[in-house]
Amino acid sequence: MAEECACRQRFAPVDDLAPLEEILNRYRGERGAVIPMLQDAQEAYGYLDERIMREMARRAGYQLSQLYGVATFYTQFRLQPIGEYLIKVCHGTACHVAGAPLITEEVCNQLGIKEGQTTPDGKFTLESVMCVGACSLSPIMIVGEDTYGKLKPTSIRKILKGYYGEQEKGAEAEDE
Amino acid sequence: MSKSGVKEARYKLVLGYGTCGIAAGAAAVKEALEAGAGSYDVDLDIAGCMGFCYREPIVEVIDRQTGCSVTYGDLDAKKVSRLLEEHVGKGAVIEDWVVRKSDDAACGEGDFLANQHRIVLRHCGLLNPESIEEYIEQGGYEAARKALTTMSPEEVIEEVGKSGIRGRGGAGFPTGTKWGFARRAAGDVKYLICNADEGDPGAFMDRSVLEGDPHAVIEGMIIAGYAIGARQGYIYCRAEYPLALKRLDIAIAACRERGFLGRGIFGTDWDFDITIKKGAGAFVCGEETALIASIEGKRGMPRPRPPFPANQGLWGKPTNINNVETLAAIPWIIEHGGEEYAKLGTEKSKGTKVFCLAGKVRRSGLAEVPMGYTLRQVIFDVGGGVREGKRFKAVQMGGPSGGCLPAELLDTPVDYEAITATGAIMGSGGMIVADDSTCMVDLARYFLSFTQEESCGKCVPCRIGTKRMLEILTRICEGKGEPEDIERLQVLATDIKAASLCALGGTAPNPVLTTLRYFRNEYEDHILNHRCTAGVCPALITLSIDPETCTGCGACVKVCPVEAISGEKKQPHSIDADKCIRCKLCMSRCPSSSIAAS
Repeated sequence: MAEECACRQRFAPVDDLAPLEEILNRYRGERGAVIPMLQDAQEAYGYLDERIMREMARRAGYQLSQLYGVATFYTQFRLQPIGEYLIKVCHGTACHVAGAPLITEEVCNQLGIKEGQTTPDGKFTLESVMCVGACSLSPIMIVGEDTYGKLKPTSIRKILKGYYGEQEKGAEAEDE
Repeated sequence: MSKSGVKEARYKLVLGYGTCGIAAGAAAVKEALEAGAGSYDVDLDIAGCMGFCYREPIVEVIDRQTGCSVTYGDLDAKKVSRLLEEHVGKGAVIEDWVVRKSDDAACGEGDFLANQHRIVLRHCGLLNPESIEEYIEQGGYEAARKALTTMSPEEVIEEVGKSGIRGRGGAGFPTGTKWGFARRAAGDVKYLICNADEGDPGAFMDRSVLEGDPHAVIEGMIIAGYAIGARQGYIYCRAEYPLALKRLDIAIAACRERGFLGRGIFGTDWDFDITIKKGAGAFVCGEETALIASIEGKRGMPRPRPPFPANQGLWGKPTNINNVETLAAIPWIIEHGGEEYAKLGTEKSKGTKVFCLAGKVRRSGLAEVPMGYTLRQVIFDVGGGVREGKRFKAVQMGGPSGGCLPAELLDTPVDYEAITATGAIMGSGGMIVADDSTCMVDLARYFLSFTQEESCGKCVPCRIGTKRMLEILTRICEGKGEPEDIERLQVLATDIKAASLCALGGTAPNPVLTTLRYFRNEYEDHILNHRCTAGVCPALITLSIDPETCTGCGACVKVCPVEAISGEKKQPHSIDADKCIRCKLCMSRCPSSSIAAS
């Protein structure tokens, strides 16, 4: 079991080009490596900053528009930094019929943000995701690394409260 | 986590450790088992999802002396010590927690499995997916060895052809024929792709197979690569499935070590290797040509066919694409023979199909049944019917490309042609059960918003047509629908189906068309009477408190975000309809279920 909490891992600052250097070396000469390069960059920096994409385009021999086109096509890529905890509310079919819209609404109520936004204190970013494939636990919400199933709107408040003050919360669901 | 190398313990405990199990708390159970097992005569092991997703976390206790096994469900860390103490320590079964016993198929939830016929899922939940040894012990990789060392590629294709298996990704194209095209395509360099971009919301069979039995998929790929003449295989898997990706990595590395992948595999002069490509989240990439564009590092947009991928696919070379479930069935077919597989099923649909039961069904999870079973058998005999006190209303098959079928069609057999005739599609196997608290107009709107969002934007009918349909459906749900809207939807749907470039647009209207066909009265109710009988569409419902059962506890008052509820303590409360925003928070909090939406 993990001693260190993976959800609080620090991302590299975007002016540190060392991680990018490593990524460029990893995929040097590989055909069709745009998507894995962007995936690795997002993993290293938390999101795809314009500076990182410009540098990647220049060094790997792509047009910036090519990278931007790919980054905006796939839902996985983010062009904005996210909060400390990413909240993903599942909106798969099973979750939808089990009331996922009410879950999202209540998270918005509690945090005072809309979908896609980050709380002013940088604590949470709220996203909707398509099926996470655990339909029997619907409706589902993932906060950082923790999965919460069979949710009711009334359970949201307590769950979110747990992320304030209690720093080590995320460790329990982590398996490595 | 097993103590391999030492003397076998009497008991073996197998923890279900797939995404569904972990989401339900299996990690904490694992920790508790590891902490508590030391003082008992027990080995610990993990397995993928057994299919009893609705009872996760699950532990199977196998008694090696008697050969009997007992499966427990709904466990948590606290229950682990009692399980170890009573069952492992004293040999006493804790009846209240039993999901299934090996010696008594009828006990507990035994009929969930008894009504299934497992080929694709034959190892899921039984083997440790991270151990190639366990797979080999069950005869794993013998089918690949047999194909490569005793059969010609043409013979392999013929055998698969005889089995009658059709593409399990949804389209249902005969696999043997498809392999034949790729085999005969001109060119030395060919590619094989395993499509694991399981994008349908409500479908998780590919994930379960990849997590529970990755070696079956790899073995299927080895056989397929040999048959079509591809030395390089790709698995295109969703990035949202981290556990599946991890287990594939482990499995591929183990295969390379044993000479099952790489140069000169199985002692022959045939080379074959597999690379994993992580998808980045785009539903349209389930479409063959879009998937290929994505592997090439481009925006995943489909292109017109022909040329078909069998002739011009990845990097312009002949390419064969098969779904996870199809490939996982291949080793079984080679091992037992195509004719054996073809004994199952109907005239045109052979073998078995895996369904993901979810929604308002009692036992949600994985169900693999022979083709020809009726929907009723799948939903009621395997799935146990709808949940307490509710009435079955519809089953949604095939996700955003599929359709909703009413109770009158429950006796339709699971068969490609029979399902297509209803207006739905077999699809990849998602089966979402709806009860009378599901609004069919809202469900249609939900699917349209999904396809509209996921439309790649390349062709006009799909990009703009789905947008227009969504606008109409949204206004119907908001009570602003016009009587002509039904006709408009029908016209748009027909045009989008006919004119779209790929299957995404070509099937996107199906959820609307089938609900219009079987649940037209709900549309009319929304448009003409401004009523949502299921109590779902916020603009069309009012919440009210039943004064007979309300105890006046005040729980609803506390949760209401707009202070719409009032009343004296211990007296029936009431809701101010003008203030109410219909968020239903009060409904989920009310201890006496006194609040209803109508």
